[in-house]
Order: sequence, then C-alpha cells, then structure tokens
Amino acid sequence: MTKFALTALVWCLASLSVFAQGNEIEMADALRSNGKIYIVVICVAIILLGLLIYLFRIDRRVKMLENKSTHKN
Amino acid sequence: MKNNWWKILGSIFLLYSAVAGFLMHVPRLPILHESIRNLYFHVPMWFAMIFLFSHSVYFSIRSLSTQSPVDDRKAVESVNVGVIFGILGLLTGMVWAKFAWGEFWSFDPKQNFSAISLLLYFAYLILRNAIEEEQKRAKIAAIYNIFAFPMMIVLIFVLPRLQDSLHPGNGGNPGFNMYDLDSHMRMVFYPACAGWVLIGYWIYTLRFRISSLVYNQL
Repeated sequence: MTKFALTALVWCLASLSVFAQGNEIEMADALRSNGKIYIVVICVAIILLGLLIYLFRIDRRVKMLENKSTHKN
Repeated sequence: MKNNWWKILGSIFLLYSAVAGFLMHVPRLPILHESIRNLYFHVPMWFAMIFLFSHSVYFSIRSLSTQSPVDDRKAVESVNVGVIFGILGLLTGMVWAKFAWGEFWSFDPKQNFSAISLLLYFAYLILRNAIEEEQKRAKIAAIYNIFAFPMMIVLIFVLPRLQDSLHPGNGGNPGFNMYDLDSHMRMVFYPACAGWVLIGYWIYTLRFRISSLVYNQL
C-alpha cells in the first residue's frame, strides 16, 4: 500500500514538472498578449490623460485670473 | 461646465484614438506593417494646423475691417498654436519616412514644401513682433497672413501632387483611403482628427485669454 502511495506521489510530482515545462510561468495573461502592446497602450493613455487634466487645470487658473482682473477694472 | 462640453468631447476623442489606434484592426500591408497606425497620430497634426491657420486668416481679414486689436490678437495666437502642430507633424512625418522611405529627409516635395510653408509662418511671427506701433503691426500682419495662407495651401496640397512624391495622395500615388478597404480605419481616423482639432482650438483659447489678460494689464 505504501509502495503504491509512493509511486502515485512520484507520478504526480513527475507530471507536475512536465506540466511546468510545457507552460512558461506567465500569469494575468490578458495584458501580456500581443507582445505586451497593451502595456504601451496604458502608458500612452496615462500620458494623454495627465496632459489633458493639466490643460483643464491651466484653464481653471486662467479663469481665476480673468475673474480677478474683471473685479479690479 | 455647460460651455466646456467640447473640451471633454475632444479629450474623449483623443483618448479613444490612442487606445483604439493601437488595438483596432488595420490592413496588413508590406513596408508599412504596424506603422500604418501612424495615420491616427501624424495626419491629425496637419488637420489641427490647417484648422488653426484658417481660423487665423478669418480673423486677419476681419481685423482689417474692424480695426479691432482683439481680432488681431486672435489671429496671431491661432498661428502660434498652429505652428506647434506643424512642427509636430513634420517631426512625426520624418520618423515615419525613415522607416517607410528609408531617410528622415529624402527631399521629397511634400516634406520640402511643408517645411517652406512653416517658414512662411515663422516669418509672419517674426515680422509681427518686429513692428512696435500697434495699428501698423495689426495691419501689416493681417495682410501678410492673407497672402501666406493661400501660399501654404498651394505648397502643401497642390504642388506636391504635380511632382514625383513618395507621400500617399501625391505624385499619382493612391491616397490612404485606398488601403482602408473595409473602412475600419475611418472609425479611428475621423475621431482622432476631430479630437486634435478640438484640443488645438482649446490651447488657442487659453493662449488668447492669457494674451488678453496681459494686454489689459498694460
């Protein structure tokens, strides 16, 4: 019985290692498909989003200055 | 917020064009390969530039009849932003040319003439800044701009078509719409152009408002 359990265990481990060799270690595969192009897309989107938010903030600052100068005049 | 909807719309168009521009299906073509996606980024620069220069020439013509310094400042700030888009268009075109035509600058008519038309607008900005007196400056700058605009149109859109050019749509080459047989690219290309035009116009309004603040302070 113990002999059977041992061989079963060896078989299991062997199949595990075979499994591991066939499959390189990669997880969360969606973002790594297509040669990781999605990572570039995310970076470009972040840069654009950042610049656009920056534009909105400049817009708000100009508006503040406009309000100030109309009060003065 | 009610008056800002077009700024948000432009931002959404840009973000959409960046994400869809990388991920959407494009035709498989030799030489171009994935660089065909540059269509979504290189060409909208020129659309934004042409829009801003047209806007500028409209206010130049208006300033001649109204004699208003506001119209004059609108014209010059529009050119200021348009020139930036022109430079970006030229640089992105050079990078694309390196990998599609083999050289950054192959003295292609399209490249030469678009560089010359940018020089026309640099001359406009320098000429305008060289004149001290305000009324004279507005008048001379407006007249120069009215001459520069049709010259730019002829240089970029007419003359390259009459010569041997590598650029799509020139020298007997098919335009880019030839490659887009299933109209997939249009779904990204048009929003990209609209987005860049809107954002370019937004940057122009910022520049104009700042120049108004400076003008009213003095």
